Amino acid sequence: MANFSKSNVPQFSVDIYQNEYLPEGGREVNAIVTVTSTGGGTTGGLPLPTRPQPSAGGRTPISLRSPGHVPGTAPTGPAAAVVIMVDCSGSMDYPPTKMRNARDATAAAIDTLRDGVAFAVVAGTHVAREIYPAGGALAIADSSTRNQAKQALRKLTTSGGTAIGTWLTLAERLLATADVSIRHGILLTDGRNEHEKPEELKAALDACAGRFTCDARGVGTDWEVKELTGIASALLGSVDIVADPSGLAADFRQMMETAMGKEVADVSLRLWTPQGAEIGYVKQVAPTVEDLTSRRTEAGPRAGEYPTGSWGDESRDYHISVQVPAAGVGQEMLAARVSLVLPQPDGTSQVLGQGLVRAVWTDDMAASTRINPQVAHYTGQAELAQVIQQGLEARKQGDRDSATAKLGRAVQLASASGNEDTAKLLAKVVDVVDAATGTVRLKARVADADEMTLETRSTKTVRVKK
Amino acid sequence: MGVNAMPQLTLCPECAEPLDPEDSFCGACGADLTTAASGDGYELAPPAPAGPPASPASPASPASPASPASPASPASPASPASPPGGGDTTTFGVGSVQLPHSKITDPREEPPKVESPQAACVACGVGRVDGDGYCEHCGHAQPRPRDHQEQELEGVAAVSDRGLRHHRNEDAFALSATSLPDGTPAVVAVVCDGVSSAYRPDDASAAAAATANESLLDALEHGAAPEDAMRDALLTAAQAVTDLADEDRGAGGGGPHHNSPACTCVSAITSGKTFTVGWIGDSRAYWIPDDRSALAARLTEDDSWAARMVAMRLMTEAEAYADDRAHAITGWLGADAVELDPHTASFEPDGPGVLVVCTDGLWNYAESAAELASAVPEDARARPLHCAQALVGMALDGGGHDNITVAVMPFPVPQP
Repeated sequence: MANFSKSNVPQFSVDIYQNEYLPEGGREVNAIVTVTSTGGGTTGGLPLPTRPQPSAGGRTPISLRSPGHVPGTAPTGPAAAVVIMVDCSGSMDYPPTKMRNARDATAAAIDTLRDGVAFAVVAGTHVAREIYPAGGALAIADSSTRNQAKQALRKLTTSGGTAIGTWLTLAERLLATADVSIRHGILLTDGRNEHEKPEELKAALDACAGRFTCDARGVGTDWEVKELTGIASALLGSVDIVADPSGLAADFRQMMETAMGKEVADVSLRLWTPQGAEIGYVKQVAPTVEDLTSRRTEAGPRAGEYPTGSWGDESRDYHISVQVPAAGVGQEMLAARVSLVLPQPDGTSQVLGQGLVRAVWTDDMAASTRINPQVAHYTGQAELAQVIQQGLEARKQGDRDSATAKLGRAVQLASASGNEDTAKLLAKVVDVVDAATGTVRLKARVADADEMTLETRSTKTVRVKK
Repeated sequence: MGVNAMPQLTLCPECAEPLDPEDSFCGACGADLTTAASGDGYELAPPAPAGPPASPASPASPASPASPASPASPASPASPASPPGGGDTTTFGVGSVQLPHSKITDPREEPPKVESPQAACVACGVGRVDGDGYCEHCGHAQPRPRDHQEQELEGVAAVSDRGLRHHRNEDAFALSATSLPDGTPAVVAVVCDGVSSAYRPDDASAAAAATANESLLDALEHGAAPEDAMRDALLTAAQAVTDLADEDRGAGGGGPHHNSPACTCVSAITSGKTFTVGWIGDSRAYWIPDDRSALAARLTEDDSWAARMVAMRLMTEAEAYADDRAHAITGWLGADAVELDPHTASFEPDGPGVLVVCTDGLWNYAESAAELASAVPEDARARPLHCAQALVGMALDGGGHDNITVAVMPFPVPQP
């Protein structure tokens, strides 16, 4: 049993980037941990013929639209289940293209389902309704169920309010019926979560966290960025804005492709630190900034685990900051042992890969004052995300001075680190006078979509320039 | 004391693997059972097959001395029980550390020893030691074989120590005794100091020491003139260090390393009426005559900023060595070396004495030949290992700011 599941697990490699040298009395150890998973499943790392790489981005070739239809091919990849949650609240009819695009996008996502994957479609309003297959069950994807599901989408009508917690709760119940390793949700909304209390959404998220992963998308500009980023963050998925509903189909297809590319779920980052050490923080810093510090669960003596969700062929970076007890010059200490672990049915954990973070005390100032380029880069990227959020908040509050200062700093950081996408988004909110010094002027008029796009994507980072 | 006299072990003291009575080394972890059984202090010497290349099949890991759990006591003499000058007592377990065809191994790259469950951390005494050599409780790195090494052969002894301020020992040495084609005994000592600001300095020094030693042995046994042998050995060693940089590039995973592996090298050959020294960098050789009224001498000229300043008469020696840049070296072995200029010199002293071959971790505490001579015990020629220990002790007492390595070579070569 354990061996069978093992064969589907990709290879994880863990690389540590740090300056291990500390001055006398120094305690703070920073390291960037790059985790890369490759070649899951029994295909020996070859890309599955019907499954495009997630990196195909929005420019998905037409030929990939109907995967799983290759005659004679057996379903490949790990057992997976996906529930698509589509907002059907009254506002989805304004403009009417919004609902039509949502329907088309859901159809595109269904077309992207691999044969054999369990799936369901849920219509979300102030309550959650099963649209397909209904009856508290999941359908198994093949050409006929895919067609039936797309037919069922015609039944999607708009009326009522928005209570996202109920959608997630239904998705969780449906996904729980499948005996699969990958459980994923795709959630689309166009409005605020107005028809339940924030505590109700919070309770639903707490119940769903660790049960399935979920990507969240906001269409239009009437939804609340913090609400959706909170959902994606709690459920370890991605979040984005689709300001123009016509972009939904491509986005849904890509999300589903990424979901189909996942090979292993419930992977945790385990951190061992020595006696007397304190964890400063544990953050995912690429592809997006996600602070995991508060999501620690204890895992044995001096060790804790942080959830990372499911993995396909991909690479993520983590920034770990640890305060260790100071030791004398010439001493060496293991400041942290970082492992990727996969829980096993018998309660133990399989270690997928690990790396060592070290601390070495030296009186060589040149060594101890050196800043590791990766650590410096991601410290900057994390600050970039923070100053964008603070700057936009200040702007909303009417504090123009503070907004100008924060967004100016953001422009400076984005420019210096080569984060061009974020630099472009910033340029829609401020007039850049000099990027190098962070001199900017707030634009008098900013489109809602531009501001929301910047806020939603503020946590997107770039990797170190090679 | 010999192999035959050792008490029978039924389980490996390192990893508890069951043993056969005839085992000299543990089949699981490679621990040297003979030293483990004798327990008389020899465990500090790197175990190696005894004698010349007679037993190449021995599975000994070239450096698996002290159990990592035993606290390093760098300044303490390694073998208090061995009588001074008793050459026969040191013939066991201290053959040439790098046989001509032996593989260069870094002790840290060897599979970590499986500790017995009781093995406790040397720092906190509480935690067990994990497979990577760190305490599972306090995280402290455990002593490594290279932290302190001693070796003695007929005609040469050496001690290398991590010192008190560096986290690892980036110095390395290699000793060997051979004979020229005409039967004259010849003794070789090589001492190397890894450049800390470069990548993998400990590997660089280990590779250079082993390669130079091998090259010298080969050349001398084939009748090469000592100065030619010395020059070739330095160039061959430099190539070995350069190759480390290629290895890194080949591996590809290491990322960009700004400085390729680099080290200094000083070697000495004693044979017949002469001795020859060769060097690149700022590791040194000194001549300390028995007759202390005679003049002790430094035999090498550093490839260093300070030495250049003095040579160009821009500064006095005192001024130059007081400068922060004093120790910046201008010549080294490695892929980034600007020019490779091996220096050699041969000497024919009037009377007996000892050659002291050392890294700057020692001579920082006794820079001039006179100062060093005053630190060399009077019986250095009879007890070279004791002399090397005493000199290392002096450097540790002085602060042990750098790794310390010193080889002491009695001259003339003692006749067997």
